[in-house]
Amino acid sequence: MIDILYFAWVRERIGLPRERVQTDAATVADLVAELRGREERYALAFADTSALRVAVDQDLADFDAPLAGVREVAFFPPMTGG
Amino acid sequence: MTVRVQTAAFDMGAELNAFSEGLEAGAVVSFTGLVRDAGRMVAMEIEHYPAMTERAITAIVQEATARWSLERALVIHRHGRLMVGEPIMMVATAARHRAGAFQAAEFLMDYLKSRAPFWKKEIGAEGEVWVEAKASDEDALTRW
Repeated sequence: MIDILYFAWVRERIGLPRERVQTDAATVADLVAELRGREERYALAFADTSALRVAVDQDLADFDAPLAGVREVAFFPPMTGG
Repeated sequence: MTVRVQTAAFDMGAELNAFSEGLEAGAVVSFTGLVRDAGRMVAMEIEHYPAMTERAITAIVQEATARWSLERALVIHRHGRLMVGEPIMMVATAARHRAGAFQAAEFLMDYLKSRAPFWKKEIGAEGEVWVEAKASDEDALTRW
């Protein structure tokens, strides 16, 4: 089981802040492909992954990052702090 | 090193006085970011990723501290709903000489902009819009 978190417009587009999923995805990219196939709102949110950033267990990561042993994956747009 | 992520407003003068007390360093630089009125804007809503925010900022501050041998460093960043003119965030650095204090503060600002998990939304009279990251923000990181 992996907790998936969504922030900013990704959260709004998908319609929820977090969910727990059962997945065999080996990488973040595999997980994205799985989510895209679920429903239209996921397909829309993940249409262009170059517009998204990902954190794996609360550290910024790449979309080819492995998911073995991972507990939390977060998807969000580029950050706008400061 | 002090990192605070909070909804409450802060007094930048009081923060800077407390930060500077008893320092051995000869240079203190600070930056405060305010909510700017981007035309017909009433407020700004700042979302963040609680489990990651402090940890990401702490890593950035640790790097700045090591690189410029800072005696002290402070980052305060707010989240939640902020009105136009309110302070959003503040950075302060204390180093032996001013060049180090200035550079460390700029480094912290550049990294906080695109590596700390905050997202700004402008709340206007006619609707809400997420602030988009600028390519220049990302480019700014390459100079470090």
